[in-house]
Amino acid sequence: MTTGITLLGPALGLSAILFTLGVAGVLLRRNAIVLFVCIELMLNAVNLSFVALAQLHGASGQIMVFFVMTVAAAEAAVGLAIILAIFRHKQSVDLQNINLLRG
Amino acid sequence: MTEAVFYFFAAAAVITAAFCILSRSALSAVLWLTITMLSLAAIYVLLSAEFVAAIQVLVYAGAVMVLFLFVIMLLNLGTTTSDLRGPAAVAATVVIAGLLVIQLAALWRYTPSRLASEVAQSPAFSDPAALFAAGELARQEAVTRGVVGGVAVPLFQVYLVPFEITSILLLAAIVGAVVLAKRRI
Repeated sequence: MTTGITLLGPALGLSAILFTLGVAGVLLRRNAIVLFVCIELMLNAVNLSFVALAQLHGASGQIMVFFVMTVAAAEAAVGLAIILAIFRHKQSVDLQNINLLRG
Repeated sequence: MTEAVFYFFAAAAVITAAFCILSRSALSAVLWLTITMLSLAAIYVLLSAEFVAAIQVLVYAGAVMVLFLFVIMLLNLGTTTSDLRGPAAVAATVVIAGLLVIQLAALWRYTPSRLASEVAQSPAFSDPAALFAAGELARQEAVTRGVVGGVAVPLFQVYLVPFEITSILLLAAIVGAVVLAKRRI
């Protein structure tokens, strides 16, 4: 059963496409929540390449995916709490209005 | 057959991801991303990582996306004006897309057997399963121990310390989220 190995190249290509879409979203959008969504998209693309390469290198890649998911869940919880706190101050999640640290 | 299913879900993932970054409201962006994640779960099954696929549906498409939706409902944004950045960001995006095209062109010439022959540094070596023995071993492990056991045994033996450190990370995230979400900050 070598279906995984034959799909290695296409899976890595799909991972690159999804990661680039995530980067494009981060660069193009100003909505803080959409920014977080794009970060999740990038993390998912990385997970896909981990799973694809786990076909060659054993279960370590799949275990790394669990760690990435844990970090992503923690990041989403803290990040969304920060967005909530900022929204209470500014009544907006547009990054153009959030320039407290710009000096 | 496997390849056809793979390309179907790959196309679904790319199209929904594009809708996700282009949709005006944050709510529909999150819902499009949920479909992307479900397509990725299907692709994980094709890459013989069934347990990761189940966790992807449960944790990502379930828990994380529900968290996003809750925050969007709490914020009550209700604006439909476009929030795209200026021409500098568009130029940077075009540069990154060009890099992606170069990457994909390089990747297009690679097959697993060619990768195996280059890693082995002999042009005749063309069997990836023989060279990457760890992957073949993991496949047999999944057959004997089951899909979950093949992942769980190395997770609780080799990666036990990182696994325990993960719990500290989650505890810190819980405390941080609760403190940040308090009324006065």
